[in-house]
Amino acid sequence: MSPADSGEVQTVVAARRLREARSVFIGVGRPSTAAILCRMVHNPELVLVYESGTIGAKPHRIPLSIGDGELAETADAVVSVPEMFNYWIGPGRIEVAFLGAAQIDRHANLNSTVIGDYDNPKTRLPGAGGAPEIAASCGEVVVVAPHSPRTFVEKLDFVTTVGHGSTAVITDLGVLEPDADSRELTLVQTHEGVSIDQVKEATGWDLAVADEVAVTEPPTDGELSALRELVSR
Amino acid sequence: MAEIVPLRDAVAGLVHDGDSVALEGFTHLIPFAAGHEILRRGRRDLELIRMTPDLLYDQMIGMGAARRLVFSYGGNPGVGSLHRFRDAIENGWPHPIEIEEHSHAGMANRYTAGAADLPFAVMRGYAGTDLVEHTRVRPIACPFTGEELMAVPALRPDVAIVHAQEADHDGNVQLWGIPGVQKEAVLAASRSLVTVERVVDELEPRPGGVVMPGWVIDAVSEAPGGSQPSYSLGITRRDNDFYREWDAISRDRDRFGAWMDEHVMNGVRA
Repeated sequence: MSPADSGEVQTVVAARRLREARSVFIGVGRPSTAAILCRMVHNPELVLVYESGTIGAKPHRIPLSIGDGELAETADAVVSVPEMFNYWIGPGRIEVAFLGAAQIDRHANLNSTVIGDYDNPKTRLPGAGGAPEIAASCGEVVVVAPHSPRTFVEKLDFVTTVGHGSTAVITDLGVLEPDADSRELTLVQTHEGVSIDQVKEATGWDLAVADEVAVTEPPTDGELSALRELVSR
Repeated sequence: MAEIVPLRDAVAGLVHDGDSVALEGFTHLIPFAAGHEILRRGRRDLELIRMTPDLLYDQMIGMGAARRLVFSYGGNPGVGSLHRFRDAIENGWPHPIEIEEHSHAGMANRYTAGAADLPFAVMRGYAGTDLVEHTRVRPIACPFTGEELMAVPALRPDVAIVHAQEADHDGNVQLWGIPGVQKEAVLAASRSLVTVERVVDELEPRPGGVVMPGWVIDAVSEAPGGSQPSYSLGITRRDNDFYREWDAISRDRDRFGAWMDEHVMNGVRA
């Protein structure tokens, strides 16, 4: 088997994060792939919740949208959008949230609204979607994002989502977690072959580094072959 | 009681220039056929309301039908940008549009308040975000505990348009699968149109079925395949390939215009 690329490592590490979780709220893209992978290799009981209203979806393939038919057909329950936010997300019934973002700052605040000035934007991004309330209500918030100075910025152009509940940021280079006292994101883990300097260079602020930085245990053959099989379906 | 009328007549009678119009359907059951009919009727200056503008509002914005957009997530799900939406906001093409944006929870609660004929809904949310200064929300204290909450104003569209799988001959409607905010949108609006895949003699109860009685709907129109390229669970499948192809079609203004002329406008100039 060819060695894992950095995106595959990121997905495998994100999947491991859900080993003990009961339920996870996920958007499309890498977070969704990671959660489905976790159900395949670590935690078959994991409840996948998509904001389209599908609770306990069991997709066999990676969905393109959060509302693909397979999610509704395999779900334990399908609820309306007001019910999803008011009865399920708001009261904190979903344990973990996996979120992405175009920009993130040192306190894990997220921007998915606009690059540049709000009234005269350089790039108009999709907007908030469910992220603000999801981040505020889920007990644990894991951000899955590509590590570059464009994404990891000193100052957000717009605060779409407040990062107070964030517990980890998983990137293609390593893992950041908030410091217990300062709550500032701190490098605690690097993927195999990635140097601390490399992570610092890819971060738009002076990144804090933990006293001991762990090295990611490489994907096992089982994890990697399951991931590749899932992606090829 | 809902009248069962051809789509063309329903849109002509219910949607007027300058109206606020909500075409709802959360990824599932998006009323494309009705939106396209609005474009062929040449309706203008619309306030378009939709949680997820999706390809349908990308098309309507690109054709210049929108004066204002109220929304919570303007992306092509799993693919990337909505290029006509971006071009309108970033470059004012084909003309500038006003926007009002919320979170999904905010929009869902706004529809719920509208359906309940209440002036606003109360929720936890928005606090600490930059959305507060760019949209219509106000902090409000709980009269019982003093907890600071957020109030969002009710949505009361002039017209709501949704798509469902089935109606009977009396215009009673049933949809199933992901129910989104369609019931709330219909009940919040002054007028409503439901397009359906088929009209049947009798509605058969379905697991998770949402039934709307014909007497809360103004018009029902048969539009088989009318939610494509989204889908109607059990009848059509989401055309994920088209959602991917739309990225290239919509990126270029001329290619977009040519595609719309060929596939939507049928020779009608908006």
